[in-house]
Amino acid sequence: MIDFTSIQQMLEDTSRSDLPLWDNIRRSDCRTQGITPEQSWDKMSLMLDTMKASDRDYREEDRSHSGLVGGDGGKMARYAQGEKTLCGPFLSQVMAGALRMGECNACMKRIVAAPTAGACGVLPAVLLPYEKEFGVSHDQLVEALYVASGFGMIIAARASISGAEGGCQAEIGSAAAMAAPALVHLQGGSPEQMANACAMAVKNLLGLVCDPVGGLVEVPCVKRNVIGAMDALSAAQMALAGIESRVPPDQVLDAMAEVGRSLPHTLRETGKGGLAATPFGQQYMHKEA
Amino acid sequence: MNLFDILGPVMVGPSSSHTAGAVRIGLLARALLGQEPVRANLFLHGSFASTGEGHGTYQALIAGLLGLAPDDSRIPGSFELAKERGLQFTFAQRTLRDAHPNSVLIQLEGVWGGRLEMGASSLGGGRVKVFQVDGLSTSFSGELPTLVVHNSDQPGCVSQVTGVLAQEGINVATLQLNRGGRGESAVMVIECDQPIPQSTADTIRALPGILRVNCYTPEQEIHHD
Repeated sequence: MIDFTSIQQMLEDTSRSDLPLWDNIRRSDCRTQGITPEQSWDKMSLMLDTMKASDRDYREEDRSHSGLVGGDGGKMARYAQGEKTLCGPFLSQVMAGALRMGECNACMKRIVAAPTAGACGVLPAVLLPYEKEFGVSHDQLVEALYVASGFGMIIAARASISGAEGGCQAEIGSAAAMAAPALVHLQGGSPEQMANACAMAVKNLLGLVCDPVGGLVEVPCVKRNVIGAMDALSAAQMALAGIESRVPPDQVLDAMAEVGRSLPHTLRETGKGGLAATPFGQQYMHKEA
Repeated sequence: MNLFDILGPVMVGPSSSHTAGAVRIGLLARALLGQEPVRANLFLHGSFASTGEGHGTYQALIAGLLGLAPDDSRIPGSFELAKERGLQFTFAQRTLRDAHPNSVLIQLEGVWGGRLEMGASSLGGGRVKVFQVDGLSTSFSGELPTLVVHNSDQPGCVSQVTGVLAQEGINVATLQLNRGGRGESAVMVIECDQPIPQSTADTIRALPGILRVNCYTPEQEIHHD
């Protein structure tokens, strides 16, 4: 039984069990929710289907309320089809997927918060192109979502998944830290490698501030989904190469919590600091009621 | 907190607090009114007032009042839907004393003449808290089946109501009582572990001293359209 407060503890519990990490996560959660493993599976499977449906429903012509967001997913997808893209076809598709989902959210389409609405692009951006590139099954992707949410539970418990509380590191950073171990799972890596991938993904975005222009989930949120997806891929690849986080994963999450608490409130989703406070950003500033 | 709080909910963007939470607040107000709303005055406070327009908070609140779930693709078009269904509404900004930054006060009138005033806050991640019903302060989340009973402030009301629940095998999770003053009307908010059947609400409604009974059942994550 995993209690989702420590990565170290989760790995120890799993090493004593016959079940793989993803199934331990599922069964531990079933016990607290009072649902069967099958009910849980169906629900998680629906989350994956919903992510795919949102990606399909993207329309390049949609614009957000402020008009600042829309169309970039289409631009990136066209660039990705070119012969000499800087990042190659797979990474270009990842970037396009992150933009599409972030734009869907800003344009009031249906999305899966993962862990938040503002960071909803990171997980689908790595998982959906991965499915095409490596030909994994639906079931393997659902397993990967269990791994992602198990690590997400611990991040929420030890640090935060709210931008208002912990800055953007808590939203995009958390999403990347969930996606990285999911990718390690898909590549057949060990639970230790998943833990290292999670820790390295957090470390790379530690301190990222939440400074949305006009207080809206638009700028820079949509594009930060791209960096979250790229962070997840690089952290997962480092872990798969045998590279470890020097700072133990749980201590990395504690540092994330401490950094979040140290951020001034202007950089925690208030729309009053950072990019929001630039002359450009101030045009979109609203008066407090 | 469970796995589907982390991966989920399925919702219409862009913000779990300003959009999904706002839909939930609308749904709660609709349930507590207990009839189809025909008139609504909404007073937005704090961040709801300042960033609500860009977050679709206005459309989300109206969508909830019309009974749409937070994942309903019709949320962006809720104003047109309100017109079709005969719901008239106004929005204004108002500073609500000591309220959370994402708060709204809703005054509702129903098709059969019922009235409700409800104040609620969106706490983040789609979670909400009702802090006021008809001028009386309260605190409940709508995460559990909830019974809201308006009663006259006289001896025996609580024991009669909880007695009916006990007979029906419904376990009380929390119970709050608030009244305007001694002998005035009171509001009882009972959060339960099991859904409250219509028949149980009817039985309570027939008890002496009970003025009004409304039930709220948390919406499932159903998919519309």
